[in-house]
Amino acid sequence: MSLALVAFYVSAAILLLAALRVITARNPVHAVLWLVLAFFSAAALWLLLYAEFLAVVLVLVYVGAVMVLFLFVVMMLDINFDKLREGFWRHVPLAGGVGLLMAIEMTLVLASREAPSPGAPPAGYSNTKELGRILYTDYVFPFELAAVVLLVAIVAAIALTLRRRKETRYQDAATQLSATKAGRLKIVKDQGADGTGGGP
Amino acid sequence: MIPLSHFLVLGAVLFAIAVAGIFLNRKNLIVILMAIELMLLAVNLNFIAFSHFLGDPAGQVFVFFILTVAAAESAIGLAILVTLFRNLKSINVDDMSSLKG
Repeated sequence: MSLALVAFYVSAAILLLAALRVITARNPVHAVLWLVLAFFSAAALWLLLYAEFLAVVLVLVYVGAVMVLFLFVVMMLDINFDKLREGFWRHVPLAGGVGLLMAIEMTLVLASREAPSPGAPPAGYSNTKELGRILYTDYVFPFELAAVVLLVAIVAAIALTLRRRKETRYQDAATQLSATKAGRLKIVKDQGADGTGGGP
Repeated sequence: MIPLSHFLVLGAVLFAIAVAGIFLNRKNLIVILMAIELMLLAVNLNFIAFSHFLGDPAGQVFVFFILTVAAAESAIGLAILVTLFRNLKSINVDDMSSLKG
């Protein structure tokens, strides 16, 4: 058994264990942390497939940003999670049955699929460079669409959660811009005793 | 080396676990979102395995786009979740029935 195969089995076992704990954890914070472990193991598997760039992106973007977002939301909401778990054990037979059936069906179909292993890429091959090359040539239009999708996601997330409190004071840019000197500044004559003006 | 079928079976089992997770936690919106993330991870694993074994980097480009869309999806999903919780004081799926005719 080669070292790569051992690494595969270890990572796969950790991945499946973490996935099982994600769906069965009592505390959603623990579920998010198990999901982080699942993503790490998946990144290790992707490294075994020589997809270095995507493995790094998975850890940086998914574990670093999306999972932290999940953690923020889970910790921000004040929820009685025990109430959400009622019916959990009632659904175990159905969920286990459907899951097992799906796994067996897909395994029967997929287990016989074989392809000759291409082995390790040649020396000097850069996965990131190759990915960048086709991303900016053949897939440049989808790439820009992806950028638009992210922009829409930013705008939507902010627009959905933006809340204007009544008691908070806000700046009104239109009023600020339409302010003129005549509306704000009033010049009064100094009524000094000697009549020459001057300070107090 | 590791044969292709190992990765495909692993992806299949991971997908089945995620489907079972949606059945098990059908009241908890957060866990449902996490199960969807697991499903996408299983799909991405298949894409990368095929990309490696068929020698075509296009599969990795697709994983790139799936990651982008999944990040956007979870950001918007969590924003909707926060808004719902603000209005309903609950994230129970059964409480979200105000559109029912």
